[in-house]
Amino acid sequence: MKFKFLSLIIMIAAIFSATSFAQVKLTGAGSTFDYPIFSKWFDLYNKMTGIQINYSSIGSGGGIQQITEGTVDFGASDAPLTPDQMNAFRSKRGTEIIHLPIIMGGVAVTYNLPTVGQGLKLDGETLSDIYLGKINKWNDPRIVKLNPGKNLPNRAILVTHRSEGSGTTFIFTSYLSKVSPEWAKKVGNSTSVDWPVGLGGKGSEGVSGLISQTQGAIGYVELAYAIQNKLPYAIMKNKDGNFTAPNFITVTEAAAGAVKNMPKDLRAVITNADGKNAYPISGFSWIVVPKDIKDYTRAAALVKFLRWGITKGQEYAQGLYYSPLPKQVQKLDLEKVNSITSNGKKISVK
Amino acid sequence: MLNNSAENSNINESFVKIQNFFKKNKRKDTSSFLNKILGNKNLGDLIFEKLTLLFAVLVFLLVIFMGWEMYSHSILSIKKFGLGFLVSSTWDPYREIFGALPVIYGTLVSSFLALLIAVPLGISVAVFLSELAPSWIEKPLSFLTELLAGIPSVIYGLWGIFVLVPWLRDTIEPYLQNEFPNSPFFQGAPYGFGMLAGAIILSIMVLPIISSISRDILRSVPDTQREAAYALGATKWEVTKIVLGNAKSGLVGAIMLGLGRAIGETMAVTMVIGNRAQISASLLDPSYTMASAVANEFTEASSDMYLNALIELALVLFVISIIINILAHLLVWSTERKWK
Repeated sequence: MKFKFLSLIIMIAAIFSATSFAQVKLTGAGSTFDYPIFSKWFDLYNKMTGIQINYSSIGSGGGIQQITEGTVDFGASDAPLTPDQMNAFRSKRGTEIIHLPIIMGGVAVTYNLPTVGQGLKLDGETLSDIYLGKINKWNDPRIVKLNPGKNLPNRAILVTHRSEGSGTTFIFTSYLSKVSPEWAKKVGNSTSVDWPVGLGGKGSEGVSGLISQTQGAIGYVELAYAIQNKLPYAIMKNKDGNFTAPNFITVTEAAAGAVKNMPKDLRAVITNADGKNAYPISGFSWIVVPKDIKDYTRAAALVKFLRWGITKGQEYAQGLYYSPLPKQVQKLDLEKVNSITSNGKKISVK
Repeated sequence: MLNNSAENSNINESFVKIQNFFKKNKRKDTSSFLNKILGNKNLGDLIFEKLTLLFAVLVFLLVIFMGWEMYSHSILSIKKFGLGFLVSSTWDPYREIFGALPVIYGTLVSSFLALLIAVPLGISVAVFLSELAPSWIEKPLSFLTELLAGIPSVIYGLWGIFVLVPWLRDTIEPYLQNEFPNSPFFQGAPYGFGMLAGAIILSIMVLPIISSISRDILRSVPDTQREAAYALGATKWEVTKIVLGNAKSGLVGAIMLGLGRAIGETMAVTMVIGNRAQISASLLDPSYTMASAVANEFTEASSDMYLNALIELALVLFVISIIINILAHLLVWSTERKWK
């Protein structure tokens, strides 16, 4: 009798644990850049496994705050956490934070020059001097030199940028900081900065609105946005001296080029990366999770999802105009995911 | 007839019943201790009164609570920058140096310019509607001006980007630069986006507020005033002058309510003003307002100091608009009371 009762309990427990994933609801918050691919993933993943993931795209800053407060299971950010933010996380949650590059994106430099059309060529120094206000005419000798044979007008350059903080701005200013010591000193690299010149537009649509309304304007938007809206974009000179157009291949190649120097915590900023065809204004977007998660079921569900997203999930990147993570980065990511624990215990999921 | 009298007697009967009910209840009440508290009031009325009072007080507390919340969440930046926050003009999220002067300037100047355009227009509309227009014009016209107030501001913003800005860029701004080549107000490249575009959008948005409140104010001036003036042989213009003179402080109130709206407006302004925190005399240059800065930068403000600075900005905006609204309501109220 006793034995029967025990086996019944075990049976119930077994059924319960088998179905338990189906009842797990994970929550995440953060980057708006990630939102389109995340909603695709979460929908697919829910159908496959029954795990439900709710994501609020409140912006990277908000995502970092929420994960620090512990109100969500994961955060998503286009910029890695600053040392201050990591300290705050440590002291609040009593565990480390793990950065997992989850998807990639490029930043396209777009412009409005009807006489030039597609394929304006620029290099880092010229671009940063335009954004510093030091080059202010399109027929400046330095631009002309990069674009032999192109009909560059004697027109003032209208610089545009994002008016709100954004991961796109983080990647763009990171690039300018790397190629121009003056930019690094005067302005710096952040999700929003004190711009020396130019107009601000709200969101990618605001920036592209400014550009399409004004001849002679230059600005930067997410690559996906530039492709979808058929905006002309500049071909940038990369670190190896080659001119590369932004696309899925050149952006992914930038990550591959950066793998050699990948920091242990994967907080790699891959602008101006090595690589023959690497597009220089590329960046990761990260999922950030605590290293130790109290609730085992949630931890297991999260780990399971992360493994899927990092590997299988990448197949959906291109269709949504993102760039997939290169194999090497996927491998580093999976190692990190394996180090996630629950109350110090290893997590074992298939 | 028969029917009628039957109904009447029915009504009478029920009336007597109700009377009796109240008499009975009153007798009961006098014996209860509640009566001491109630005086000659009804219990239901008392509950009703206190309940509504509670809600009214709640609204007031809500305002205080909001102010307190903003204060406590901006304490970092208040401590670090002190009054310097209001007078410094660097807004550098990277180095975490925050000064609100350019956005305060942008807010006040764009609102002031908007009033400069909207006040003469708004008051003219109000005078026409209340003093001159025959009622078949007045009704639809009032409706239309009030309709303007109900259009979502993002629509104004889109209209600004696609209609107003190109028009300013290609026609108005080059014209202004040609006419006044040396004026400090029209320097710089004419992009269309900038302070001028922001001010014009705002003026269209505050126009219905100013005109409809002014119209109500003018109507509250008693007709005896007008009749007396006409009796003395005054012309329409002279009568209007007298009415305007009497409604002066109320009109100022209406204007200030418009100002309150202009100061807090976010979406439409941010779409056309250029979003650049700078102080420049030129109306063609981009500018930035407090409300736009908060709305734009809040989502991605990642550091605590940045967030605190933005909330402090909101607090400054909150205080300014409360002051303006209180003044405005005092003025409107004082005119209306004068004529009642």
